[in-house]
Amino acid sequence: MATEGALLSATGITRRFGGITAVDGVDLHVREGEFLSVIGPNGAGKTTLFNLISGQDRMDAGRVTLEGRDITNLTPHRIAENGIARTFQHGRVFGNLTVMDNVLIGCHTRLRAARSRVPVLAPVIEILRALIRPAPVRAEDAAMRAEARDIIATFGDRLTPRIDQPTYSLSYANRRRVEIARALALHPRILILDEPTAGMNESETAEMQQIIGDLKAQGRTILLIEHKLNMVMQLSDRIMAMDNGKVIAEGTPAQVRNDPRVIEAYLGHSSIGGTAPAAKSLTEGAQ
Amino acid sequence: MESLLSLPWFDFTISGVVIGSIYALMAVGLALIFGVANLINFAHGSVFTVGSYIGWTCAVALGLPLWATVLVVAAAGGIVGALIELLAIRPLNHQSRIAPLLATIGVGLILDQIVHIIFGANPRALPVSLPNLRFSIGSGTIGAIDITIFVTGVISALALYLFLFHSKLGMAVRATAQDGDAARQMGVGINAINMTVFGIAGALGAIAGLLVGIYYNSIDPNASFEIMLKGMVAIVIGGMSNVPGAIGGGLILGLIESYGIALFGASYRDLFAFAVLLLMLLLRPNGLFARAHAREAEPMTGTFVTRAKPVRIPAWALVAGAVLIALVPALGQPYLTQVMTNALLYALAAMSLTLVAGTLGLISIGHAALLAVGAYASALLTMAGLPVALGLVLAAAITAVLGAALTYPAFRLRGHYVAIGTLAIGEIVALVILNWTSLTHGSMGLYGIPPLELFGIPLFSTNASYWFVLALVIVFALLQMRLLSSHLGRTWRAIREDTIAAETYGVASNYYKGLAFGFAGFVAGISGAVSAHQFSYINYDTFNLLTSVLILTIVILGGLGNVTGAIVAAIIVAGLPEVFRTLAEYRMLFYGMALLLLIRFRPQGLMGSD
Ligand SMILES: Nc1ncnc2c1ncn2[C@@H]1O[C@H](COP(=O)(O)OP(=O)(O)OP(=O)(O)O)[C@@H](O)[C@H]1O
Ligand SMILES: [Mg+2]
Repeated sequence: MATEGALLSATGITRRFGGITAVDGVDLHVREGEFLSVIGPNGAGKTTLFNLISGQDRMDAGRVTLEGRDITNLTPHRIAENGIARTFQHGRVFGNLTVMDNVLIGCHTRLRAARSRVPVLAPVIEILRALIRPAPVRAEDAAMRAEARDIIATFGDRLTPRIDQPTYSLSYANRRRVEIARALALHPRILILDEPTAGMNESETAEMQQIIGDLKAQGRTILLIEHKLNMVMQLSDRIMAMDNGKVIAEGTPAQVRNDPRVIEAYLGHSSIGGTAPAAKSLTEGAQ
Repeated sequence: MESLLSLPWFDFTISGVVIGSIYALMAVGLALIFGVANLINFAHGSVFTVGSYIGWTCAVALGLPLWATVLVVAAAGGIVGALIELLAIRPLNHQSRIAPLLATIGVGLILDQIVHIIFGANPRALPVSLPNLRFSIGSGTIGAIDITIFVTGVISALALYLFLFHSKLGMAVRATAQDGDAARQMGVGINAINMTVFGIAGALGAIAGLLVGIYYNSIDPNASFEIMLKGMVAIVIGGMSNVPGAIGGGLILGLIESYGIALFGASYRDLFAFAVLLLMLLLRPNGLFARAHAREAEPMTGTFVTRAKPVRIPAWALVAGAVLIALVPALGQPYLTQVMTNALLYALAAMSLTLVAGTLGLISIGHAALLAVGAYASALLTMAGLPVALGLVLAAAITAVLGAALTYPAFRLRGHYVAIGTLAIGEIVALVILNWTSLTHGSMGLYGIPPLELFGIPLFSTNASYWFVLALVIVFALLQMRLLSSHLGRTWRAIREDTIAAETYGVASNYYKGLAFGFAGFVAGISGAVSAHQFSYINYDTFNLLTSVLILTIVILGGLGNVTGAIVAAIIVAGLPEVFRTLAEYRMLFYGMALLLLIRFRPQGLMGSD
């Protein structure tokens, strides 16, 4: 598809680990408000691709632009400042921080108390602001907390009653929810979700799908990695299928699910993550 | 260049190789342990010292021949090593990875103190009769001692090679070093492997102690730390768990030192080692011999913060406690008041360290360097005529800036590397103070530092200085708690919990680490500066490695990150041995045991980590 008009454009992304090429010349373009899913068997390179886009890893070749600005291989915090928020496949909440503090870290890029532009003295000013807390700092803090509470309330009564508990005490599913809340707090231009329902049971998955659907309805730009293909098919505007580091198919859900290369890739692999046997749901969906 | 060429380079090379093979003996043990147990054994230098004294007992007291002495020393060293594993390391199996490292620091203190108690604090001679041979080669010579040491080193290396490559246990050791799971499949228990490795390391370390004693005809109960650091530098050069690399690293370090001394003089000897260490950590953290690494090293979480809620003390109890402490001078015992003043100065230092080691999660073993910077800054400024009040503030500010700048190289390090890096930085600061004679008067130290006073009000009476220090502790404790409840506290803790996730959400972690070290440096600087005016004399050794370890013990006792905990623990740790004078003699034993028992039984400290 055309590069023009894309919010995020990645071209020729390549990452090698020793002998293997985990991501091999992948192109990816996302329009504003689009919901793009990336599917593929285990080890296809999906997570690595997202790591490269959001700065956790450095690519060997390729280029990423956000609204035409080059963000290739920027440090993760710079990429976050550019408005890309991502969740992690294996969950990376701050265990000893409360739910509230986890979400407030998500607000960090917007915190004016942390954004002194005065050269040289910026560190001193930041410490003094934290010590003295003049009215604007207090007001900002209160506003952020109110907003964090609203975001946390997105998840119904799953998180709100536990808002002051450290996240290590939460269930696995709740920690995944905290991660998404933290990502939303960044006000992302692009939200990247890496297997948000991994390890969740059926009803939890359905609940999460509902929430992600609501996020989509708000007009957000979302990139999703997911093995649960029913969910992918229902949510996505467009799907990209990967195998062995390469894009093997791309198109609407209907196009991708009928693509013989996709079915082949899924059937050819014995191990597929997630609970549902993906190849089965893929072929069922095709009927 | 004429004069450079005329130096006896051959002799320097020989002595470099000889000293290098001793470093290599030390390094091999450290590398084996690191490979198998993923741990830097800070007690390794103490095993070296124990070896040298057992060697003295055999060779001098009992008059055994050299070969028998070597065998006894090796066996005894092996037993000591195995006991360290059994008693101090194995019980910590399920704790965070930094726990065993801290435990080995405790073991080292205990072993050193035992040697002190049995043999006294002074070095003694270790004369061993060797044939009085000297071979002349070109312009240089090689003596029997050089050959003995080199040959013992080579024999040890061969024995180790045979063990590692031709015995079942040895192969299991190698397999474990490469991949813990693979070893388990070989049917050899991990405990047996760990114990074997500690035993071998102990034997090699003890032999090294004996050889150094013979080489210099002198053994010293205070040598532990220095030699352990040399071994550590060697494995950093060689690539941590790489055994042949450790031998190469030892020889390289020996040669660097030898040539460095030839060119710049002996007082710079240790500076080379630490400069090499720091450069390696920054430029080639995987060692000189590593191939380009394909896979990111598994991130080691360096934190020791347990999942336990800190003890919350109600405000009225804190106020009551502060009032009680303020009333100490009313007891009318000036000595007690002095002890408490000292304890409160430690409390300031511990508050500073608990911020970086606890809240931020960077376990620093070089914190005394910040005290030294503050002390020297204030001493020099006030001796140049500045009023003390201004000296204190400027010293604190200087320490804040230097604290952030000096530790900056350690910010990209993780886990154990932070401990090594901060240790190296701390030692470099001490060595710079020692060698920058024009500013610091070198080993003479600074005399006649003006006593405490604020704007003409004298504060040097026992009670006045006590209240002054107490006021500082209270003010900075309140400031620190206020910071911890702000966005900074949250951000620092997030960096500690998961630096990568924090970065992913826009936290520039290096900047925030710098902020923490800046504030911590300010507080530590004040503590050091006030100490300087209290003592009226300081030198490069006033704030040494033992000070750093002591502050760390206080911080762990109080509960990592816990401000009130740091104050309470400082009063206990710095105060108790003074109050019970019998304890004072065995202070290191007391600190070592305290550290060991704490990590084992109450890793969250008295008040819980925060
Ligand atoms: N840090 C790394 N070092 C070496 N190889 C890696 C690293 N990270 C990923 N790989 C390899 O790259 C390939 C792609 O891995 P990646 O995690 O991106 O797959 P994925 O599509 O996300 O799979 P899954 O569905 O299981 O999450 C795999 O072969 C993996 O082993
Ligand atoms: Mg993945």
